[in-house]
Amino acid sequence: MFFRMITASLMRRRSRMLVALLAIAIGATILSGLVTIYYDVPRQMGAQFRNYGANILFTPSENSFSAEDLEAGLALADEGALVGSAPYRYESVRIHEQPVMAAGTNMEGAQKTSPYWLVEGEWPSASGEVMIGKNVADNLQLKNGSTFSMVYTGEDSEETPAESGAESAADGVESAAEEAESPAAGPSDGSGGEEDAEEDGYREAEFTVTAVLSTGGPEENYVYISMEDLEALTEISGKIDLAEVSMSAGAEELNAYTQKVSGEVPAVRAQLVKRVTASETTVLSKLQALVLLVTIVVLALTMICVATTMTAVVAERRREIGLRKAIGASDGSIIREFMGEGMLLGFLGGIIGAFLGFAFAQTVSMKVFSSSITFQPLLVPVTIIVSIAITGLACLLPIRSATKVDPALVLKGE
Amino acid sequence: MSLLELHNVYKIYGDLHALDNVDLKVERGEWVAIMGPSGSGKSTMMNIIGCMDKPTKGEVLLDGIDIAKESAKNLTTIRRDKIGLIFQQFHLVNYLTALENVMLAQYYHSIPDEKEAYEALEKVGLADRAKHLPSQLSGGEQQRVCVARALINHPEIILADEPTGNLDDSNEETVVELFRRLHEDGTTLIVVTHDPEVAEVAQRMVVLRNGKIARETVNENFTGHIRFHV
Ligand SMILES: Nc1ncnc2c1ncn2[C@@H]1O[C@H](COP(=O)(O)OP(=O)(O)O)[C@@H](O)[C@H]1O
Ligand SMILES: [Mg+2]
Repeated sequence: MFFRMITASLMRRRSRMLVALLAIAIGATILSGLVTIYYDVPRQMGAQFRNYGANILFTPSENSFSAEDLEAGLALADEGALVGSAPYRYESVRIHEQPVMAAGTNMEGAQKTSPYWLVEGEWPSASGEVMIGKNVADNLQLKNGSTFSMVYTGEDSEETPAESGAESAADGVESAAEEAESPAAGPSDGSGGEEDAEEDGYREAEFTVTAVLSTGGPEENYVYISMEDLEALTEISGKIDLAEVSMSAGAEELNAYTQKVSGEVPAVRAQLVKRVTASETTVLSKLQALVLLVTIVVLALTMICVATTMTAVVAERRREIGLRKAIGASDGSIIREFMGEGMLLGFLGGIIGAFLGFAFAQTVSMKVFSSSITFQPLLVPVTIIVSIAITGLACLLPIRSATKVDPALVLKGE
Repeated sequence: MSLLELHNVYKIYGDLHALDNVDLKVERGEWVAIMGPSGSGKSTMMNIIGCMDKPTKGEVLLDGIDIAKESAKNLTTIRRDKIGLIFQQFHLVNYLTALENVMLAQYYHSIPDEKEAYEALEKVGLADRAKHLPSQLSGGEQQRVCVARALINHPEIILADEPTGNLDDSNEETVVELFRRLHEDGTTLIVVTHDPEVAEVAQRMVVLRNGKIARETVNENFTGHIRFHV
């Protein structure tokens, strides 16, 4: 009878109840939507920040490290945490008789660790293709499609390429960059000696420009060629001056990881690119605080709306309340009935809100982060319970006034 | 002991004596009509007997219990267990069907029994209207639902405050006929009315004036059937 009564009240007095239901459903939608985003934001923002580049730098503890050292370091990363990595090796070369820095790298890795690079044209994908920095393009009057020959003499570089390379990747790791100074030049002296003897250290190869790189930074002074091409040109392989690593993990995990790498791979010193990581964390916590605040405000508004509606409902039904009391309803049963109605509304609103909220979060996520979010099944009961609780709370005062109705007065005739 | 005894009952609003030293006894199974001009205190008295209001002074013994001294909570229980109320306005819960309105009284009293509620509607001739909402019923039909609701818990006493005030003659007759049958079943009836024809059916007529009992007459040739004056 109780349930029959409260459902009849809701079903047969629809227009009134729809307003309250709408308020609750909207509140619950925003609640579940924002909470979904709240929990998804770190993931989303993490990925988003990863787009701003590498957050870990591998530098050699002595002259340089090998490809195997890099592999060993990367292997220490947690499953799935690694977003990408790019090794860099810098060599002085000559193009059109001009000294230029060539940077050998893994193009796919570089795309991942430096996603903000503005690349005009196609990233090099085959042997013999290069990407040139904008300054190089301007100075040597090269453009997409141009071909040129690159000469490697084995001579020492005037500039210290690794330094600018490191700085471009991370302003925070100055000491690392300084130490990287020597290895860039060192090996070309040491291991290049043999080659010098055979071919006078002079080797040449043809390349085609497929892309021009603009970054606004020192990267614009380099010619990016694949590691294989650089190794073929110099006939020295397995040597890395620097590696950029992009990982998806929190500040603590990143710290632990760098220590582990530095400890277990002696040739490598891993360091955090601190500034990005730190700002990532503060921006995240600020965003989460904002989401939390909005959620609280929305819940408060929902409560006010429900309380107002319930007050109107009680006023409207004074006569009915008086009648119920006259035919024997105790205060307790009046409270139960109105609470029951309110909570049923909360329940319905919660269900609607839980699913609309997911749709809302999904839309926001697609629009803002252009990635989809995962459905959190636990959020459905949580939303329902919270919206029942909120509705119940909002109903308390109006229902107390309902128990104050005097049946004798209400039924007086008039 | 009488079922109901009022001793020196006053109800005072400011300096208005709505009830002014009322003494009244109603025996078990008796059918009493209460008459009097508007504002004479009839509703006030019914509300007090119906445990919805308390007298300013005096004793109201219902089945030996002085309801003037009971707590509001106990009054609710007494009202639920002993009293059936019928009002001038056909007070029904407008979103519940006729059947559900009757079941509501069962619900507050004990446990709803749909079959019994349906039988009560049958008694007042509304079996075929059980599933209708109050808005789909005529005034007479609504008042009959109220009668069915008042009798569903087998109260010892039925209080009706101008039950036929808003009804036409034929519906008035139906309701009076329902009272007669309740009376035959032994239910005590107190019926407030403006209408002499309805008052004359009762066994005894009490006339209130300015909160005092002005006159009492006993109906010598009581039949329980209404006789319309032409
Ligand atoms: N709650 C109240 N406050 C003040 N005066 C009241 C109240 N209820 C009734 N009265 C007064 O008491 C008198 C008796 O009222 P009532 O019992 O309703 O009369 P009746 O039902 O006989 O028409 C009237 O004068 C009415 O104005
Ligand atoms: Mg009256």
